[in-house]
Amino acid sequence: MNQKTFFAGLFRPLAFIMLAAAAPVAFAAGGIGETQKQPVNWTAILMFGLFVGLTLWITKWAAGRTRSVSDFYTAGGGITGFQNGLAIAGDYMSAASFLGISAAVMMTGFDGLIYSIGFLVGWPFLTFILAERLRNLGRFTFADVVAYRFKQEPVRIFAASGTLVVVAFYLIAQMVGAGQLIKLLFGLDYTYAVVIVGILMMAYVLFGGMTATTWVQISKAALLLGGATFMAFMVMMVHGFNVEKLFSEAVAIKGDVSIMGPGGFIKDPISGISFGMALMFGTAGLPHILMRFFTVPDAREARKSVFWATTWTGYFYLLTFIIGFGAIIFVSKNPAFLDADGNLLGGINMAAVHLANAVGGNIFLGFMSAVAFATILAVVSGLALSGASAVSHDIYATVIKKGKASSREELRVSRLTTIGLGILAIVLGIAFEQQNVAFMVSLAFAIAASANFPALLLSILWKNCTTRGAYLGGFAGLLSALLMTILSAPVWVDTLGNPAGSAPFPYASPAIFSMPIGFISIWLISLLDRSKQAESDRAGFDEQTVRSETGIGAAKATSHSLSQEPEAPPVMQQT
Amino acid sequence: MTQQTLTQRIMANPQYQSVVRERSRFGWALTVLLCIAYYGFTLIIAFDKPLLATPISGGMVTSWGIPVGFGLIFLSVVMTGIYVRRSNHKFDAVIAGVLAKEVKS
Repeated sequence: MNQKTFFAGLFRPLAFIMLAAAAPVAFAAGGIGETQKQPVNWTAILMFGLFVGLTLWITKWAAGRTRSVSDFYTAGGGITGFQNGLAIAGDYMSAASFLGISAAVMMTGFDGLIYSIGFLVGWPFLTFILAERLRNLGRFTFADVVAYRFKQEPVRIFAASGTLVVVAFYLIAQMVGAGQLIKLLFGLDYTYAVVIVGILMMAYVLFGGMTATTWVQISKAALLLGGATFMAFMVMMVHGFNVEKLFSEAVAIKGDVSIMGPGGFIKDPISGISFGMALMFGTAGLPHILMRFFTVPDAREARKSVFWATTWTGYFYLLTFIIGFGAIIFVSKNPAFLDADGNLLGGINMAAVHLANAVGGNIFLGFMSAVAFATILAVVSGLALSGASAVSHDIYATVIKKGKASSREELRVSRLTTIGLGILAIVLGIAFEQQNVAFMVSLAFAIAASANFPALLLSILWKNCTTRGAYLGGFAGLLSALLMTILSAPVWVDTLGNPAGSAPFPYASPAIFSMPIGFISIWLISLLDRSKQAESDRAGFDEQTVRSETGIGAAKATSHSLSQEPEAPPVMQQT
Repeated sequence: MTQQTLTQRIMANPQYQSVVRERSRFGWALTVLLCIAYYGFTLIIAFDKPLLATPISGGMVTSWGIPVGFGLIFLSVVMTGIYVRRSNHKFDAVIAGVLAKEVKS
C-alpha cells in the first residue's frame, strides 16, 4: 500500500476503528482489499500452539472450579485488583491496537498518539464515577446495576439488547480481523483462523467460564506487554535512551518533520470531540469491560483494578509509540522488508511484526506473531462471556423465569448460548470476509456511549430516573447511534455502495449527537412518567444510593475463593 | 431491624453525608479536570495544528506535542492513582466507621 491510500484511509471519518478492531480490515476500507497471504511461518504457528496448550490447560484447571453461576460469570468474585487490572488491559488491548497503532505511528507519527490517548481517557472517568458504585450494586452483568430499583423485565430487555448489539459488532470485527491476521502472520487461510478462534473461544468460555477467560486475558496481557517492552527497549537502547535522538533519526529517515505534529486525523472540531466522546464514555458502557468489575471481592479491589488497567494500557500505548518510531527507522526503508515497489511486505500492518524481526530475529518474530494472534482469543472470550450472560442471566433467568431459574438451569443456558455465539461468530466471520466491517467497532463504542452509559449513569445517580425513562430513553440512544452510523460515509458509501460524498451524516462519530439523545430521552421520559411504577422506582433510590456508596448488602465473593488468595495455576504465578 | 430504617439511619449520619459529598465532589472535580485536559487537547489540534508541531527549542526535532501527549497519558494514570489512593485509604475508613456504628445500633 502506498502512503497516499493510507492517508485516504485516515481521512475517512471512521478510520480510527483500525485501532480498536481489526487493523487489516480498516485498511481494506481504505481501498486495499484483503491482506496478502504470507509464506507459512512455522515458528509462529508453533509458538501459538504453545500458547493454546497453556490456555487449554488453564481452562481444564478452571473447569474444576466452575460449579455455580457465580463461578461462571465472575470467577466467584475472587480475582484480586491487580489480576483484574491486568485482565481488563488484556481485554482492551486488541491485536489491532498493537499492529494498527504502531503502523499508524510509522505512517503518520503523532496522529497515532492522538488515537491512543482517546482509548485511555475512558479509564480515569470510569474510576472516578462508576467503578465502586458498579461493584456495590451489581452481581453478574451491568443490567443488574441499571435494573436495581426498576421493574426488571423492560430494563433487562433493554440492557441485554445493548449488550448483544455491542458484543455482536465487536465480535464480527474481531473474527474478520483474526482471519486477515492469520494470512499475514502464519500464512494460513482465512477460514482456518475464523474456525480456530471460534472453537477456542467456545472451549474457554464453555468449560472455564470467567476463571479461564480471566487467566487467558492475564497471560495474553503479560506476553504482549513483555514482548512490546523488549521491542521498545531495543529501539531505545540503539538510540542511547534519548528520545530526541530517536525522533531526529526518524525524521531524517522519513525526510519529513510533519510526523512530529498532528496530521489529518482530527479534521474538524465536531468530529474530534464526537470521536473523543464515543471512546471516553463508550469505554464506560462496554458490557464485557463492565462485567469484569464483578470479578473482584469489593469496591476497594474494583478501584485498584481500574488503576492497574489504566497503568498497563497507558504504558502499552507509550510502547507502541516508540515501536512505531522504531519501525520508521528499522523497517520503513529497509529493503529486506519491502517489495519491488517499495511497499511493506504483507501490508502496512506488518510494521511491528517486521520490527520484531529486526530487533529480535526470527524466533522473536514468531513469538510476536503468536502473541498478536493470541490477543484476539482473549478479546473474543470476554465478548462471548458477556453475550452469554446477557442471554442467560438477564433474559432467561430474570425475564423468562422471573428470577426463579435454578443455578444449574441458568448455567446450562449460558453454555448453550456460548455454543450459539461461537457458531454465529464463525458463520458471520466467514460471511463478512469480503465486507468492510471497519465501522463495527466504532459503532460498538458509539452505542455503548449513547445507550448503555446514559442508562447506567442516570439510574445510579438521578433519583427521578424511572423504569420507562431508562428503557425507552436507552433504546432511543441505541437507535440514534445505529441510524447515524448507517448514514455516515463508512456504511452509506463503502458498504451500501452509494456514491462518494452522498452520506447524509458527515461526522466521524455519532456520539456528540446520539449521546445527548440518550440522556435527554431518559431525562424527559422519566420526568413525564407519573405511573405507579415510577413512584416505586423513585422510592427505591435512597436504599440504592446507600448501597452504592457503602457496599452494604453488596454481593460477596463465593466462599471457596474468598477464604484464600485465589489460587493461580502454578505456571501463571511466575509470569 | 429492617433494611429501610438502616438506610435512613445511615443517610442521617453526618459522617456519611460528609464523606459521600466529599468523595463525589472529588470524583467530579477530577472528571472535569480530565475533560478539560482531553477535550482541550482535541480542540487545540482541531483549531491550530501547527501549535503542537512546534519544536520544544531551536535545533531540536522533538515537538511540544510529545510532552503534551505523553503528559496526558501520565495524567490519566496519576489522577486515577490519586483517586484510588484517597478512596481506599481515607474514604473507605470513614465508611467502615459509619457502618460499624449504624449496623450495630
